[in-house]
Amino acid sequence: MPEVNAETVATSPEAVASHLATSRYLADDSLATAIFLAIRLGKPLLLEGAPGVGKTEAAKAVAELLGRDLVRLQCYEGIDAAHALYEWNYQRQLLAIRHAGEHEIDIYDDRFLIARPLLQVLRAPEQRVLLVDEIDRSDHEFEALLLEFLSDFQISIPERGTIRATAQPIVILTSNRTRELAEALRRRCVYHWIGYPDAEREAAIIMLRAGDVAEGTARAVAAAVQTIRARPLAKPPGIAEAVEWANAATILEKGGSPWPEAFRRAIGVLIKDEEDLSYIAPELGRIVEEALA
Amino acid sequence: MSALPNAASPFLGFGRLLRRYGFAIAPEQVSGFMQAVTLLGPRSMADIREAALATLAPPPDRRDEFEAHFQSHFYGSTSAVVEGDADEETRIKDDGGADDQRIEAEHSQEGGELSSALEQLSTRDFQRDDDRLTAFQRKLPSALPARRSFRTVRTPSRGKLDLRRSLREIVSADGDVPSPLLRRRQTVPRKLLLLIDVSGSMKLHTADYLKLAHAIVQGADRAEIFTFGTRLTRITTALRIRDRDQALARAAAQVDDWDGGTRMGPTLLAFLSVPRFSSFARGAAVVVLSDALERGDHAELETAIRRLSARAFRLSLATPLAGDPRFRPVTAALRAILPDLDDLIDGSSLTSLIDFILSLARPAPAASTIWKRVS
Repeated sequence: MPEVNAETVATSPEAVASHLATSRYLADDSLATAIFLAIRLGKPLLLEGAPGVGKTEAAKAVAELLGRDLVRLQCYEGIDAAHALYEWNYQRQLLAIRHAGEHEIDIYDDRFLIARPLLQVLRAPEQRVLLVDEIDRSDHEFEALLLEFLSDFQISIPERGTIRATAQPIVILTSNRTRELAEALRRRCVYHWIGYPDAEREAAIIMLRAGDVAEGTARAVAAAVQTIRARPLAKPPGIAEAVEWANAATILEKGGSPWPEAFRRAIGVLIKDEEDLSYIAPELGRIVEEALA
Repeated sequence: MSALPNAASPFLGFGRLLRRYGFAIAPEQVSGFMQAVTLLGPRSMADIREAALATLAPPPDRRDEFEAHFQSHFYGSTSAVVEGDADEETRIKDDGGADDQRIEAEHSQEGGELSSALEQLSTRDFQRDDDRLTAFQRKLPSALPARRSFRTVRTPSRGKLDLRRSLREIVSADGDVPSPLLRRRQTVPRKLLLLIDVSGSMKLHTADYLKLAHAIVQGADRAEIFTFGTRLTRITTALRIRDRDQALARAAAQVDDWDGGTRMGPTLLAFLSVPRFSSFARGAAVVVLSDALERGDHAELETAIRRLSARAFRLSLATPLAGDPRFRPVTAALRAILPDLDDLIDGSSLTSLIDFILSLARPAPAASTIWKRVS
């Protein structure tokens, strides 16, 4: 996809929403506004919400919308600077020292530098979209390290000096809210809480994402999923699961299962927790029939 | 004095209003808000609302409050600012950071009945308990079960080669290879989660439990304390105050459901439904201090305990009833949850609880095997 100037795409929230729709991502007004503001104010965008509401997908859609490469940094407990910024290739440095013998050698040369996602983004000649996924899984120390990067878009490497971004990246952070993020991080970002979509929007998303699903099926799935989410489940199904359920049920129906039966048999792609499954099983028939009505 | 146009004052005022109600709003967020409004047009009030949500970033659990302030400030509807909700569902009170001021204000307005719980705390304060708790606090960090972290520490022997530091040594020694430096994965103490039943049937013990909780928060690296009765309340932040009397007073003021009934199942499910709380239970040593006398149906309690047990490293129930030698886990609720418990122990005295918590790192047979042997 050709590269687009961010300002020409983000002329208004509506323009952002319609461009995202062409990347097969349906954003509501609030999310479109948040993305528009993040691009125009040049601030990172912090997306929070339950698992499976499309936070990571939103980042991918923004990258596609702008025709930029997406660089993804997956966070986890214990992630540190060596995984996020850069690391030296020590084995190669040792080999080089041995080979050099009496000769002078610069062991802090570019060829020994392994660029991790944040450095990759800074060194890229053109603007990149950086996705810092599940920031809530990392430790507080890492959040503080990121804070420095996000405020100045630069990294200091003691042996090399400071590296500044050639083009300021567009940064999207996601969090499942398993822990409270630092106030300092929240206030540097444009913030948006993504909730589950309403039935109508979810049906539209299913139509857009699933391969070969009839409109009626998409609506029935959306309605049933709304009812199921309202139950006290350990793992409420996300949008991706709803799409898979519509797909799986369609395949089963084409293979000869009548409608309510096809939905029931495909339930494994929607609910992936044994306990939830046994909780919802007695009611499932009724929920599906009501949704199909 | 100010060079700002008049049109800017409502936006500045909104920032000030939010701060007054305990929202942490930075000056740069207010200027971001104004920039956002400028960028959006604005064409309608909806745009201003979206800009406020995106730039002032209210926490999701205070969204309703934020909306009410927005309505009252920009639409002038005074009735909109109403705190709390009147539904019958289990409410979760979280004392996280920004709410502190608000909680203090509430406390000073309704002294009477809350401080009666406080009096009990101070009158039952024996010197002996004090010494025991101080010793417990000191021993706790090294007594907690540990897990291996992703992070590494330097070690003189038995570790992996630390190439980064070894290389620096080699370079500074001009190519000579000194003895290699080693690192191994660090061990970190597991988190400790304490859930304290404050219902009427536990009245005699809650004061001791709170003192124990204070010692835990002061001693352990990562601990979380919740109270539950008909509601769930997080009191960890209050217990971080070093002075015990002050901390307990603050914690006591936060709990609304002293000496009421128990809705253990629904409150534990409410705990599990908040990702931030339930993720704290993952891999943690979880100790529930309760007699588990659940009113009515115990299906929800069973579900909650099963989920909690699946997350926790070790799930223990300390009940004061087990102080009686004739005690057997025979109630329907206890029988149902026994297979999911790692320990079912005596919670009738501070001494037994202290001994138990200090032994958490040592493996023990499952609760169901022990109680089968006894009964």
